[in-house]
Amino acid sequence: MNFDSLSILMIWTAVAIYAAAFIAYAFDLAKRSQVAVDAKVVVPERELVGAAVGGSAASSGRVAGAGSKAETGAAAGAGAPKRFVMARIGTSLTVLGFLFHLAGEVLRGIAAGRVPWSNMYEFSMTGTLLIIAVYIAVNIWFDLKYLGTFIVGLVVVLLGGAATGFYVEVVPLADPLKSVWLVIHVFVASLGTAFFALAFALSVFQLMQARREAKVLAEAPKTGPRFLATLPSSERLEGLAYRFATVGFIFWTFTLIAGSIWANDAWGRYWGFDTKETWTFIIWVLYAGYIHARATRGWRGSRSAWLSIVGFAAVLFNFTIVNLFFKGLHVYSGLS
Amino acid sequence: MSNSRSDTSVSEAPDGPDGPDASATVQQAPEPKAGKGGSEKAPGADRSTDPLRPSDHIDGDSRGDGVDSPKLNVVGWLRWGWRQLTSMRTALVLLLILAIAAIPGSIFPQRMADPNGVTQWKADHPDLFPILDGMQLFDVYLSAWFSAIYLLLFLSLVGCVIPRIKHHLKALRSRPPRTPVRLGRLDDHREAVRTVAGSDAKAAAEHSIAIAEKQLRALRYRVERYDDKRGFSVSAERGYARETGNLLFHLALLGVLVSVGVGGSFAYTGQRVVVQGTSFVNTLLDYSSMNRGRFVSDDALAPYRMTLDSFDVTYQPFEQGSPSSGMAGDFSANVTVSEPGQKEHKDEVRVNHPLGIAGDRVYLLGNGYAPTITVKNAKGDVVFHDSVPFLPQNNSTMMSIGIVKVADGLPEQLGLQGFFYPTSAKLTTGALTSVYPDLINPTLTLNVFAGDLGIDDGTPRSVYVLDTGSMKQLTGGKTGTKSIELAPGETTALPNGMGTITFDNEAPKGAKDYTQSVKRYVSLQIHHDPSEQWVLVFAALALLGLVLALFVPRRRMWVKATVVDGAVHLEYAGLARGEDPTLAAAVEDLRDGHARLLDADGATAAIAEPDRAPETGSDTETGPDAEADPEAATPDISEPDDSGRTDKRGDR
Ligand code: HEM
Repeated sequence: MNFDSLSILMIWTAVAIYAAAFIAYAFDLAKRSQVAVDAKVVVPERELVGAAVGGSAASSGRVAGAGSKAETGAAAGAGAPKRFVMARIGTSLTVLGFLFHLAGEVLRGIAAGRVPWSNMYEFSMTGTLLIIAVYIAVNIWFDLKYLGTFIVGLVVVLLGGAATGFYVEVVPLADPLKSVWLVIHVFVASLGTAFFALAFALSVFQLMQARREAKVLAEAPKTGPRFLATLPSSERLEGLAYRFATVGFIFWTFTLIAGSIWANDAWGRYWGFDTKETWTFIIWVLYAGYIHARATRGWRGSRSAWLSIVGFAAVLFNFTIVNLFFKGLHVYSGLS
Repeated sequence: MSNSRSDTSVSEAPDGPDGPDASATVQQAPEPKAGKGGSEKAPGADRSTDPLRPSDHIDGDSRGDGVDSPKLNVVGWLRWGWRQLTSMRTALVLLLILAIAAIPGSIFPQRMADPNGVTQWKADHPDLFPILDGMQLFDVYLSAWFSAIYLLLFLSLVGCVIPRIKHHLKALRSRPPRTPVRLGRLDDHREAVRTVAGSDAKAAAEHSIAIAEKQLRALRYRVERYDDKRGFSVSAERGYARETGNLLFHLALLGVLVSVGVGGSFAYTGQRVVVQGTSFVNTLLDYSSMNRGRFVSDDALAPYRMTLDSFDVTYQPFEQGSPSSGMAGDFSANVTVSEPGQKEHKDEVRVNHPLGIAGDRVYLLGNGYAPTITVKNAKGDVVFHDSVPFLPQNNSTMMSIGIVKVADGLPEQLGLQGFFYPTSAKLTTGALTSVYPDLINPTLTLNVFAGDLGIDDGTPRSVYVLDTGSMKQLTGGKTGTKSIELAPGETTALPNGMGTITFDNEAPKGAKDYTQSVKRYVSLQIHHDPSEQWVLVFAALALLGLVLALFVPRRRMWVKATVVDGAVHLEYAGLARGEDPTLAAAVEDLRDGHARLLDADGATAAIAEPDRAPETGSDTETGPDAEADPEAATPDISEPDDSGRTDKRGDR
C-alpha cells in the first residue's frame, strides 16, 4: 500500500465521517425547531409581537428587536444547558473528519513530493480542507454551529464528488506549475473560497431569517422553518456574513495580484483575460459590488445577501465548469 | 482650547435610516435609537470628522438623495447628472454590469488571447460570425461597450473620491467632537463609581480624566478635553486610517488603470523562432511577429544578440498506460547573449524564469524539432538546405508537422508536407505514429507537391501552411506512390527524377544513438513593458488600502467624570463609525484599564459597580426601551448559554 492509496482511504473515511456529522447537524436543526416550539409555550406570541411593535421607528431596529426577543426567548424557554447536543456531536465529528482529511492531504503531498494542490482532485481536497479548517477555527470565536449542515454538506458533496470524478494519479508537475506561486496563489485562493463559503451560508440563513422576521412582524400564523427562531437576527447574520466576505475579498484580491505576478513569469504577460483570469476578475467585481451594496441605501439587507450568494455561485462555477469545460491557459485540471 | 467650531451642538436628530422607506418615517421618530451596526447617528455625535459619503450611502444624509428632481436649467441638470453618476447606487450598478459584461469574453474566443480560436469559430459558424463580430464579441475587452462601462465606473470613482479626499484632509486636522451630554444613550456604555480618598472630589474627578486622557493617547487616539461646570470629560477619536485606506484603495485602482492604459503605448511584444546554433538579433526585421504600442519607435529596441546553444528537456520514462509517460519538463534554452559594450555571457531561458536583457524580458513559449533537410537537383547542386521548425501536434509524443518550400533550382516549385515522428512505430493499419517525445527512432515522412507555391507575387504566406491549390501531389495520400520516408542520415530520390532529398543527421561524429540527430528550436517571446512595475506598485497599494479600510476600526470614545454625592462617577462610551465589531470589548477594556490606572494612582478607590454592565455584545439586542434609560440597561433575560448566539466576543 503506497502513500497515495493510503491517502485515498483517509479521504473516503473523512467523507464518511463528514456525512455522519451532516446527519447530526440536520438532527440539530430539527431539534432546534422543537426548542423554538417549547419556547413559544413559555414566551407567548403576544409578548413577542409586543416587543417588536414597541420598538423604535427605524424598521431594521424593530426587526432586530423581534428576532432577538424570539431568540433569547427560546433560550429562556429551553433553559437547560445541554441544549443543541446534536450540534456538538456534529462539530466533534467534523473535527474528527478534519483530522482524517488532513492526514489524506498530507499523505498525498508525500506521495507527490510537492504541495498537494495542482490538479482538480487536489484543489478540491485542499479547498474543502480549508473550508472545514476555517469553519472549525471561527467556531472558537463565534458559535456558528448552525451553519454545520451547510458547510459540512457542501464539503461532503465537493470532496466525495472530487474523489469519485476528479481523481488522478500523482504525476510530475508541468513546468509552469513549478513555482513558489503555486504554493501561495492556489493556497490563498482556497482560503478565500473558504471564507466566501461561510459568508454564503450565513447569507442564505440571513435571507431565511429576514423572511421569518417579516412574518413575525405581520403576525402571520406561519413563520417558516422553526429552527430559525434559535438563530441570531438577520441583521447579525448579515454582519457576520459581511465580515467573512471581506476577509475572503482580501484573500481574493491577493490571489488576483499573485496570479498576475505568476502569469507574468510563466506566460509573458500579467493579464490576458484568459478564461480563468476572467472569472477570477468577475468574482472579484461581484464581491466588490456586494461590499458596496452593504453601504448603499436600499441595498443593505436582503439585496446584498443575494449578491453574496451570486458571488459564491460564481466561485463554484469558476472552480467546476470553467476548470472542466472552458478553454484557456489554466489547463491544470489533470483530466482529459 | 482652540476649538472654535460651532458644530458641537447636541444633535437629537433621528438615527440613520436603514432602508429606502425608512428615511421618510424616521423623521417623526420621537426617540432616536443609537447604535445599529455603524449606521447610527448618535446623540451628540458631531459628524464633521466623519468621512464624506455619497448621499445615498447608508450613512449619508438623505437630503441629497437622488430622488429629488433637478432644477430645470442646464446647470441644474448637469449637477443632477453628476450627482447621479457619483452616487453609491451608480457605482454599484456599474460594478455589477462590469461583472456581467466580462462574461461573454470567457465564452467566445478572444482575438487578444486566442486568435486561432476565433478563426476556428468563424469556420464553424460562418453565418453567426459577422453578427457577433459586429457586436465586438470577439474583442470584448477592447470593445466600445466594455470600455464605456469601465470608463464610466472610473469617472464615477474620480467624482466620488475627490470631494472625499478634500473632506478627509480637513478631518485629519480637526479635533475630536464635543462629548455628548447623555453618554448613557449610546449602545456601548459602561459606568463606574469611585470613592475619593481626599476631600476634593472635583480635583479627583479632573485628575481621573487626565489619566484617561493619557491612557487614550497611549492607545493612539486623538484626544480633546471638554470640561464644563457639569463635569470633566475627554473625547477621543481614532481610526482615520480607515478612510485613508479606502481612498488609497480607490485611487490605487485608478493608478492600475492608468498604468495599464499608458503603459500599453510604450510596450512591445514580439515572437521569434530560434533554431539551435542560430542567432537572433533584437531588431524589428528579425521578428516573425511584433506588436508594439503607439510610442514605440523603430529604433526603440535595444540592440543585443542571442544565440541558442542548446536546449534541455527531460522526459518522464516510457511506461505503457501511465499518464505521466513521456511528460516533458525542466525546459531550458541555453543561450549566449551579447550586448554592445559588454562581454558575451551565457544564460538560460526557462519556464517561469524569463531572462532579462536590457529592460526586455525573454520568455520560452515553446519548443520543437527542426529536421535539417537538403534537396539537390538532378545535377547534384544543393537547391535547399535548412533546419525547418516543425510544429508539435501532441506534446506527449511530439509528432510534428512542417512545410518545406523549394522555390528555385528545380524544374518546378516543390512543396513538401512533412511529418516527423521522434520515436516512430507502425500502427496495425501500417500508418506511422510517434509513441515517445524523445529521439529514439526518428522518422520523417514527406508528401511531395509540385507546381506553383504562390509566393512569387509577393502575397505574404505563412511558412507553416502549404497552399496546394495550384499544385499537384506526387507522393502520399491518394497518389498511389508511397510518401518519402527517411531516418536521419538517409537520402532518397525525388519523384520524376527531379533530384534527391536528404534528412541530415546532426549528431556529432561517433554518436551511438539518435538523441542528437535532429536539431531543436525554441519559440521565444520578447516582451518590453515599462509599466509593469507601476501596475504592481498600485496593486500592492490597493491591497494595503483595502486591509486598512476593512480592518482598522474607526471609533470615538468618551470618558466623563462627574461628582455625585461626593463620589466620582465615571462614564465610558464608544461609538463606531462604520463596521466595528469589537467596539463593545474596547469600551470594556478602556474601563478596566482606567480602573487599574486609577487604583495605582490611589486618589480614588473602586466601589461596587453601580450596575452590571450589559453582556458584551448582547447590547445591540437589549431592546429599545432599555436604551432610553441607561439605568435600565441590565438585560432582563438571563445570560444565554451556548445557544445559537454568535456573540462570544461582542460581534454584530
Ligand atoms: C473601480 C470600481 C470600484 C471598486 C472595485 C470598488 C471597491 C470597493 C471596495 C472593495 C470597498 C470596500 C473597502 C473599503 O471600505 O474601503 C469600497 C468601499 C467604498 N467605495 Fe468603492 N469601489 C469602486 C468604485 C467606487 C465608486 C465609483 C464610488 C463612488 C460612488 C465608490 C465609493 C465607495 C465608498 C463610499 C466606500 C466605503 C463604503 C463603506 O462606507 O463601507 N467606490 N469600494
